[in-house]
Amino acid sequence: MQISFQKTDNILIASACGELDHHSAAAVREGIDKTMERFRCKHLILDFENVTFMDSSGIGVVLGRYKKVKNGDGILYLAGCSDYVKKILSMAGLFTIITHQETVADATNILKQQEQLQTEVNRNVQ
Amino acid sequence: MSNKMRIEFTAVPQNESFARASVAAFIAYLDPTVEELTEIKTGISEAVSNSIIHGYGENGKGTVALECIADERGKVTMIVRDEGIGIEDVNRAREPMFTTGRAEERSGMGFTVMESFMDKVEVESQIGRGTTITMMKLLDVSYGA
Repeated sequence: MQISFQKTDNILIASACGELDHHSAAAVREGIDKTMERFRCKHLILDFENVTFMDSSGIGVVLGRYKKVKNGDGILYLAGCSDYVKKILSMAGLFTIITHQETVADATNILKQQEQLQTEVNRNVQ
Repeated sequence: MSNKMRIEFTAVPQNESFARASVAAFIAYLDPTVEELTEIKTGISEAVSNSIIHGYGENGKGTVALECIADERGKVTMIVRDEGIGIEDVNRAREPMFTTGRAEERSGMGFTVMESFMDKVEVESQIGRGTTITMMKLLDVSYGA
């Protein structure tokens, strides 16, 4: 599995390509966590459009990232999941806590809007 | 006519992909749909990962035996066997979200996924002797006959 990263504002977009199983999960986990920290990103978009295979290890990876991002008061979005990947993730009830967007662009736009709204709210509170 | 294969490999994570691919290749002649193939690969992946992670504690030693029996009616039986530590409480192990692994990263959903994608899952285990998982899936081979 290959992971590539993009950053926009304080959002990290992690695009996974290939098979996400127990073997590749460790490297994926580490790669995302280290990159989030290094570039001081608050929010994370997991782009799974090119994930060709996933088993329950993928559930662990998504859940683990969600907890980390939430601890930093950030938001995590999933994007581009195939029906099959959605089926597996929904077995663990992940879509009750994480939102899925069809594309990375959709997720990015919504996140930016949410950030802007939060900034305005904070400003008004002050 | 019954068709059978058996492979044995070292219980290391890099062989998970190999195990999936070998079963997929073996049943290809039954012309499974993409969905059936993916479901079978996922079931295999879960069972083999369980042996590696839990059976052998990811110690890099130990062997996983994988057997597959197929027939023209589309019945595919997969047996994943390890000689690891065994499961203390099989019923508990099969509960969704239960895991004996590191809770921060293990989802405890392996058996749930297996049971969701397979028609039948049987677990036999003996502490200190090992675990055998038998999965069965009936492919739809009725079309194009």
